[in-house]
Amino acid sequence: MPAVSKGDGMRGLAVFISDIRNCKSKEAEIKRINKELANIRSKFKGDKALDGYSKKKYVCKLLFIFLLGHDIDFGHMEAVNLLSSNKYTEKQIGYLFISVLVNSNSELIRLINNAIKNDLSSRNPTFMCLALHCIANVGSREMAEAFASEIPRILVAGDTMDSVKQSAALCLLRLYKTSPDLVLMGEWTSRVVHLLNDQHMGVVTAAISLITCLSQKNPDEFKTCVSLAVSRLSRIVSSASTDLQDYTYYFVPAPWLSCKLLRLLQCYPPPEDGAVKGRLVECLETILNKAQEPPKSKKVQHSNAKNAILFEAISLIIHYDSEPNLLVRACNQLGQFLQHRETNLRYLALESMCTLASSEFSHEAVKTHIETVINALKTERDVSVRQRAADLLYAMCDRSNAKQIVAEMLSYLETADYSIREEMVLKVAILAEKYAVDYSWYVDTILNLIRIAGDYVSEEVWYRVIQIVINRDDVQGYAAKTVFEALQAPACHENMVKVGGYILGEFGNLIAGDPRSSPLVQFNLLHSKFHLCSVPTRALLLSAYIKFINLFPETKATIQEVLRCDSQIRNSDVELQQRAVEYLKLSSIASTDVLATVLEEMPPFPERESSILAKLKKKKGPGAVSVPDLEDGKREGGELNGGGERGPDSAAMSASNASTPSPSADLLGMRSAAPMSAAPTSAGSLLVDVFSEAGPAAPSAAVNDDGFLRFVCKNNGVLFENQLLQIGIKSEYRQNLGRMYLFYGNKTSVQFASFTTTVSCPGELQSHILSILRLNVQTKPVEPVVEGGAQIQQVLNIECLTDFSEAPLLNIKFRYGGALQNLSLKLPVTINKFFQPTEMTSHDFFQRWKQLSQPQQEAQKIFKANHSMDTEVLKAKLLGLGTALLDDVDPNPENYVCAGVIQTKGQQVGCLLRLEPNGQAQMYRLTLRCSKDSVSLRLCELLAQQF
Amino acid sequence: MIGGLFIYNHKGEVLISRVYRDDIGGPLNGVMILLDAFRVNVIHARQQVRSPVTNIARTSFLHVKRSNIWLAAATKQNVNATMVFEFLYKMCDVMAAYFGKISEENVKNNFVLIYELLDEILDFGYPQNSETGALKTFITQQGIKSQTKEEQSQITSQVTGQIGWRREGIKYRRNELFLDVLESVNLLMSPQGQVLSAHVSGRVVMKSYLSGMPECKFGMNDKIVIDKQGKGGGSEDVAKSGKQSIAIDDCTFHQCVRLSKFDTERSISFIPPDGDYELMRYRTTKDIILPFRVIPLVREVGRTRLEVKVVIKSNFKSSLLAQKIEVRIPTPLTTSGVQLICMKGKAKYKASENAIVWKVKRMAGMKESQISAEIELLPTNDKKKWARPPISMNFEVPFAPSGLKVRYLKVFEPKLNYSDHDVIKWVRYIGRSGIYETRC
Repeated sequence: MPAVSKGDGMRGLAVFISDIRNCKSKEAEIKRINKELANIRSKFKGDKALDGYSKKKYVCKLLFIFLLGHDIDFGHMEAVNLLSSNKYTEKQIGYLFISVLVNSNSELIRLINNAIKNDLSSRNPTFMCLALHCIANVGSREMAEAFASEIPRILVAGDTMDSVKQSAALCLLRLYKTSPDLVLMGEWTSRVVHLLNDQHMGVVTAAISLITCLSQKNPDEFKTCVSLAVSRLSRIVSSASTDLQDYTYYFVPAPWLSCKLLRLLQCYPPPEDGAVKGRLVECLETILNKAQEPPKSKKVQHSNAKNAILFEAISLIIHYDSEPNLLVRACNQLGQFLQHRETNLRYLALESMCTLASSEFSHEAVKTHIETVINALKTERDVSVRQRAADLLYAMCDRSNAKQIVAEMLSYLETADYSIREEMVLKVAILAEKYAVDYSWYVDTILNLIRIAGDYVSEEVWYRVIQIVINRDDVQGYAAKTVFEALQAPACHENMVKVGGYILGEFGNLIAGDPRSSPLVQFNLLHSKFHLCSVPTRALLLSAYIKFINLFPETKATIQEVLRCDSQIRNSDVELQQRAVEYLKLSSIASTDVLATVLEEMPPFPERESSILAKLKKKKGPGAVSVPDLEDGKREGGELNGGGERGPDSAAMSASNASTPSPSADLLGMRSAAPMSAAPTSAGSLLVDVFSEAGPAAPSAAVNDDGFLRFVCKNNGVLFENQLLQIGIKSEYRQNLGRMYLFYGNKTSVQFASFTTTVSCPGELQSHILSILRLNVQTKPVEPVVEGGAQIQQVLNIECLTDFSEAPLLNIKFRYGGALQNLSLKLPVTINKFFQPTEMTSHDFFQRWKQLSQPQQEAQKIFKANHSMDTEVLKAKLLGLGTALLDDVDPNPENYVCAGVIQTKGQQVGCLLRLEPNGQAQMYRLTLRCSKDSVSLRLCELLAQQF
Repeated sequence: MIGGLFIYNHKGEVLISRVYRDDIGGPLNGVMILLDAFRVNVIHARQQVRSPVTNIARTSFLHVKRSNIWLAAATKQNVNATMVFEFLYKMCDVMAAYFGKISEENVKNNFVLIYELLDEILDFGYPQNSETGALKTFITQQGIKSQTKEEQSQITSQVTGQIGWRREGIKYRRNELFLDVLESVNLLMSPQGQVLSAHVSGRVVMKSYLSGMPECKFGMNDKIVIDKQGKGGGSEDVAKSGKQSIAIDDCTFHQCVRLSKFDTERSISFIPPDGDYELMRYRTTKDIILPFRVIPLVREVGRTRLEVKVVIKSNFKSSLLAQKIEVRIPTPLTTSGVQLICMKGKAKYKASENAIVWKVKRMAGMKESQISAEIELLPTNDKKKWARPPISMNFEVPFAPSGLKVRYLKVFEPKLNYSDHDVIKWVRYIGRSGIYETRC
């Protein structure tokens, strides 16, 4: 570029700037600027012609004033005039002013575009570059419209100078980013890709940025660039440090180009061509080797450049995730960096290791660094590095080191920075749940968590611990004891009180035997915290109290006294007052039997994705938690939920309470038990939020049976849900009779008109409807209108006449906003619902087993496990089936043996079941023997999909 | 309770820093961080901070600015903001009384004195005696003068006594008394001459050189007092004073005034401090005499020309002379040239302030004068219309625009043998312009 000659110094500008700098105060500065503006205005007045130099000088001053933060509303015309000058400096200032100051809707844009066009078509490379820079700097849509077709031509033309090519590539990239629809590559694609072979390194560097961006949008069109990039990379990597002269940076050959090449390769899967792949692996190995070599210079720039390439190479290796050898080497290399002096390197190493930990090849290698990482968590001075260390610990955690990692994280939590505490808490909660081998450890960990960082424990965490405690019989006593102890601390966090209230209300009886935790002591302990808590917690505690009345009749008088006192029964908060009044009445009116039914222990929660994990995902955004983690979490979450399949869905239950006060009202569901109050209270919505997840939007009128299978082993829950409608089911069976409550909830705010439901028995059921009715289903009609947000109930009476295999169909029709909606669902009525469990000894069992030895009577199936093979889960499912689970029958303790009798109107069918899991192969063998052969077959079919 | 008091120069450098309470800043270099926070957020703020109260990091900064010097009081508590500002103004007065103009140079030269003053007038953040006269008796700029026991006990008894603002045993050969009524008149007028808002804020400033402990009584044409007396006095008196009495909206007094007496009798009686002091401050909004009337005429001729004509009319007795008259006519931001013709005084286009400034040295009452200007504009592609800021005016007139008149100022000194007649009294009225604007 032409050097700026001395005469172009623009003394006036220098004086002006130094005046401004010397101003003592802001006011003085504004005065000086106003004066200068007035001066420029008088110069720009139409009646005199200015020479190029003065024009340039004044435009410069205006630009400077604008950059100081003042509005400029004149001088644009003068700047545009400068564009047509032949002097470089004048043209440059003109372009500068325009790229800084001219907004896209200016009427001058046509003049500017014209000037740019002239410059682009001139043969002067400097002018072309200036014009290209201006286009890129403005980068508006108008610019793209005007020049998007022009620039690719310049880019690939044979006679274009290298420097212009560079600018053109970057300019095109910018336009592509602002308006991708206007930049059509098509015909230029192959020629652009071949720029990778260009002699000039600068052109390659510029072009590769463009190609990377383009190939992210259309990977297929640019596929050819992979081999070119690999060969280019290998040429650079293998070159001696002096080969590339201008492009060697502190003894590292072309570091920027190498990084960009590696990044381009990350857009594509590993090359299929063996030769190319070999060459690439060789390159990566060379890079890893070079990292081991002693540095050629002590300068920080040298190591920075080298490490930049190395980290980019490692991310490529992680991206490919197919070369165990390279992955382990990368991991070792990162391990070295973990103890490096440079904080930045430690940070990057931790970050890369996080992704390495999720690869199956390097997970073990990463785990070897656990001590260093824990140390980093404790001693790092920079919070961002500690954050990465925490992330890595989370990523490298598995069953073998969970206890150690969770303990470390817990101890770190006490001193952790506020900014990362919430995330740490979530992580600890997830790890504790995911890798819990023994549930008392899990309960301990979470309670510790609440104790240490109560403020950061979100609702999901404590909901989760309650879900798990409820679903796991064996841990309930322990949990009650631990919670009781934890509550004895003089100051405990409100979340602890919540957990305590819930668990003692449910399982306080399990520790009531101990005089130190007698019912009254428990109650007094809880009540001592009552006044320090917020309204939702108090509401929960009130529910716990009423549960106490049920569990321990001896506390009734005390609790009634508490409920009766003015601060409860006349509380200004509606929720608390209502609870107090209702509970007081309930406790005084209802007989103990009714009380026991109403205040029954909470049923287990249904299986679903851990809500904590969902929260962490939401917090970190998609992609932050690696995929294997998620699946893992899901599976393990299910495992912990145990016999979740049986339990009613709390959301559906409490929703039903809102409109129909049924005697079995789920009082602990934290929903206002007020009849007809459909709007959820704030307290109520908490639980509903956690438990509700958007159900799959089922296509209308197609028979939907994915809900059906979930109900084989459970009686209550949500059968179906879409954007409009939610259908909840609650059913009970006795002998050969059953009653099913269907709850239709309108999720919209608009009413459903002409709402009708019909139950039909398809196939064999229908054909035999007159002669041999197998299943008698009686429905009571529902109201034809469902108001927005409301819920209606329908009762079905079912009688099993004989054994059957097809399920009845429920057909729902209604009008929503004029459109007719049609929905068919399989009702979850299966033969096993009519089971009566039969207990028997080992001797009896085998005797009967042998009696049912005819081949038709036996049905056997060997199948692969769909769910986890956890003992507890299996037990819970088998119990949910309705049979009795017999212990000490089978000589092999791994196997499960059940017995039951199916009651139909006409006959009774005895059933024996044997389930043999094979943990190693993840297979089951299921054997059923029934006194009626069709029953065996049907049961076998149903059950095979459950495990 | 003020937590700390800081003085900055325009660059945001701290010249004086005095911390009274530990709650501001906290441990280590917390105060330094706080000091810097004020610099960044107020002095060097990107957008000019207009509020005198700024809350930074749960600390409130209340600041005033004198030329290039910033005085800031910092507090963590919910203080009475007006108290703090009153104190800051008082602080400025005290400093001005000690070393004249408050400038960076003066503050730097007197920093020992300022710290000494700060120790005296604020104690644990609570304002103490800030009476210049009293302070000057024991905080002096001369070297340490070893005071006798007698003097020391005298100072103590005075500072802690009931009349903290005056020491005993003052003697003058000539008993003299100067009284200035200083008023500033504020106005906003519509182009058609309609008064949109107007008020006068005034001060009665005195300088007294009186012997002994004299008892003074001050009387003015306050409507309530006059009406009261009117009831008891003759009808002639009512007729005479009825027109001339003024309604005072609110007023505040120097601490020496006996408020109980004012409340019961509406009489202002006091034992004056020695030297300069401000006896009272007041505000009136009714029946204000507007000394000048501004009549603007603005005509836009095409896109590139603007014709402005401004007439000023003086509206007071023709025997009186107004001084230091200055009319400021704002010009559009696209002005590229100005031609001016004025009948009287000098006019100039000041580009740095985007205004035409017309100065007239003197002008008698009941006169009028005019200026006409032709302004050339640079056409721009921006369609923004010029906002036409109001024309403002400055002047000084030798009467009180509120109509306040001093009726009497009596001095009684029973112990010494001089009477009210022996005291030489000087009274002066000065009316100045505050924000005196006319829209155009």
